Amino acid sequence: MTLLDVENLWVKFPTRQGVFDAVRGVSFTLGRERLGIVGESGSGKSMTGRAILRLIRPPGIVEADHIRLGDRNLLDLSERDMRAVRGQQISMVMQDPKFSLNPVMSIGEQLIEAYRLANKSGRKEARQASLEALESVSIRDPGRVMAAYPHEMSGGMGQRIMIAMMLIPSPQILIADEPTSALDVSVQRQVLSIMDDLVTSRGMGLIFISHDLNLVADFCDRVLIMYAGRVVEVCRADRLHEAQHPYTRGLLNSLPRLNEPREKLEVLRRDPAWSTAPSVSGRA
Amino acid sequence: MSMLSVENLNVWFGSGRSRVDAVQGATFDVAKGESFGLVGESGSGKSTILKAITGLAPQWDGSITVDGRPLTQKRVKSFYKLVQMVFQDPYASLHPRHSVDGVLGETLHLHGFRDIDTRVTKLLDDVGLGQKFRFRYPHQLSGGQRQRVAIARALAAEPRILLLDEPTSALDVSVQAEILNLLTDLRAEHGLTYVMVSHDLAVVGHMCERLAVMKDSRIVEVMDVAALRAQKAEHPYSQELLRNSIGA
Amino acid sequence: MSEQTLRQWLLSETPTSRRHARAAAFYKGWLSFRGNSMAMIGLGILIALLLIAAFAPLLSPYDPFVQDLGNRLKPLGTEGHILGTDSLGRDILSRLIHGSRITLYIVALVALIAPVAGLLIGTVAGFAGGWTDTILMRITDIFLAFPRLVLALAFVAALGAGIENAVLAISLTAWPPYARIARAETLTIRASDYISAIRLQGAGPLRIITKHIWPLCISSLIVRVTLDMAGIILAAAGLGFLGLGAQPPSPEWGAMISEGRRFILDHWWVATMPGLAIFTVSLAFNLLGDGLRDVLDPKDAGK
Repeated sequence: MTLLDVENLWVKFPTRQGVFDAVRGVSFTLGRERLGIVGESGSGKSMTGRAILRLIRPPGIVEADHIRLGDRNLLDLSERDMRAVRGQQISMVMQDPKFSLNPVMSIGEQLIEAYRLANKSGRKEARQASLEALESVSIRDPGRVMAAYPHEMSGGMGQRIMIAMMLIPSPQILIADEPTSALDVSVQRQVLSIMDDLVTSRGMGLIFISHDLNLVADFCDRVLIMYAGRVVEVCRADRLHEAQHPYTRGLLNSLPRLNEPREKLEVLRRDPAWSTAPSVSGRA
Repeated sequence: MSMLSVENLNVWFGSGRSRVDAVQGATFDVAKGESFGLVGESGSGKSTILKAITGLAPQWDGSITVDGRPLTQKRVKSFYKLVQMVFQDPYASLHPRHSVDGVLGETLHLHGFRDIDTRVTKLLDDVGLGQKFRFRYPHQLSGGQRQRVAIARALAAEPRILLLDEPTSALDVSVQAEILNLLTDLRAEHGLTYVMVSHDLAVVGHMCERLAVMKDSRIVEVMDVAALRAQKAEHPYSQELLRNSIGA
Repeated sequence: MSEQTLRQWLLSETPTSRRHARAAAFYKGWLSFRGNSMAMIGLGILIALLLIAAFAPLLSPYDPFVQDLGNRLKPLGTEGHILGTDSLGRDILSRLIHGSRITLYIVALVALIAPVAGLLIGTVAGFAGGWTDTILMRITDIFLAFPRLVLALAFVAALGAGIENAVLAISLTAWPPYARIARAETLTIRASDYISAIRLQGAGPLRIITKHIWPLCISSLIVRVTLDMAGIILAAAGLGFLGLGAQPPSPEWGAMISEGRRFILDHWWVATMPGLAIFTVSLAFNLLGDGLRDVLDPKDAGK
């Protein structure tokens, strides 16, 4: 079943030197699956995630044949309707929880507010639901965390709280933009497995944006590889290591590996043809 | 023959009740020409050791010996001709209003070189940037190019020891490969000794011969890379770290 | 070199010399400044003011000091006196034109003294920290605690009335905010990696402050100064109005308002015209400051 259908998405930024295309004709569908988008900085992966929610700041322009969520085209919605879609139907988790949580409100208050916005319920019920939400992201002492402020939390805790908050309105789709890049390796795995459990048990669709090929290979079902605003290759995540496109191969080979010591790392040679070739469709 | 030896090093910030002990009782030894890794999670104190060596963290005790000479609290100017450092974030380590030429020229001037023009040219060639980058400002450079400038600045003094504080963690993997290769080449050409801090075991495994694993401001284990590759870590924390970075 | 290639040369991403790099950086700043039409209006007004001040004797139809008691208090649009005449029959337009010199003189002197003092004290305090910081900042606080005009009044009263003393008094009261800004900037810059990096090259505090911290503080100070210019002109006018700044018959704008206030009900233009001049120049500085902020603010520069 298709939750989200994106066709021919472009993100354009007018600059002094002419129009800069950050995303160039990307198409994909998202079902109840974990879809990874990988690429280097500037490949347009984050822009793709933001463009779906129409969060590109002016003067940036989002164009597409359609971005269909259920039977609605997100591009046709008013800004007011779009606000209802953000959070209620599609949530987003950013890289650094420090910038996503309000520093002067306690975590409990923020969770309760999020719940009441989504459910129009009383405070008591909202508090109960918030405690459960924190428990669901494996926070052992939710009562204490509710009373704390964001700056008192470690990075891993902050990111778990963000995930709990984003899942309160039970969205159909979660977009996670480098959710674990700021975290230590061990914490990274914990946060990912929590996110994985929640997404699978609720039958949600997940768009996982990352620069880390190994992480995406482990964690996702399907992967889009982006380069210069285009999708250059689509493959099953468990087959990522057999990827064909020279760019993907180059990225994989440039990683140092513990079990295969090498004198020199392979350096990616960029072929100008990659950035002019048409985007590969990521339709399932 | 040891190039850098650190014995029972304690580093702290603040004083009295707000004192934070960032490094406790660290002891390790780096041979001439060796590349030594410091591994651990954020807050484990690995970068603080580098700061103590360079004098950027002034509150420390224990002993640090560089090339046979023990360091005092105050660093003399000749120390900076021996030890240089490359910082983690190339976006923060270059002055936003100074051009590449300005950065390198000033550094060379401070180290008392006369033939600044030819040296700037040579440094840019050494780090694979070339002359067309000479008069650019940091905002006209990519992350990898900035890190090359930072490496050129560190090399300007012709040091013997290079301290590398996560030099590639802010960069893309393909750029990381280029920078790591550059560092490998420079070490061979100039006979440098490296101390490299990283949270990435694979990077340390690639670059270093020996490494120390840090946790909660202490070194829990010093091992060589062969043991790391064979996954023969002894301390339970190092084993956990290894498991996490090899991947499921 | 033709127009097109000069532009390309200036916009080049690969400058070939120090001079070229500087010119290119300057040109890009100019381009983004030019995009802000309000700032361009401000700049236009100020250039006009500069030209008027430079060519004042040629532009003014009459001598600003010559009295003509038979022609006093003529209204706007009188033959030969477009802006009318004041209580002593002097041409208001000529007096405004000559007054622009005094305004510019005050502005230039204050702009030279106050921000420089503030920059010095602020960066030294911020960089040195400890006792130096505490002492310098408490002195700053003491100056900040006094109402500005009252402090200026006290200085002028002690030193005697006159433009130079008014400028000195205004400068003495204007530097503390600059010291505050410079110190705050210094504190963030001091902790950055590029300052650590230059320390590792063995650079001393003097070099770090002058070559590395000042260039980053100066831009925000310039913006602040242009935004404050309006206030400075008004303070000078205020002192003039109270009779403590420029002395009659000098055509200082504030003093002109002061003279005109006696007739404000029957002959409103005598006070209003210099008032409009002050308003226009103040506005121009504010617009320019807003535009400069967009160009110079290091937080937005680059990426």
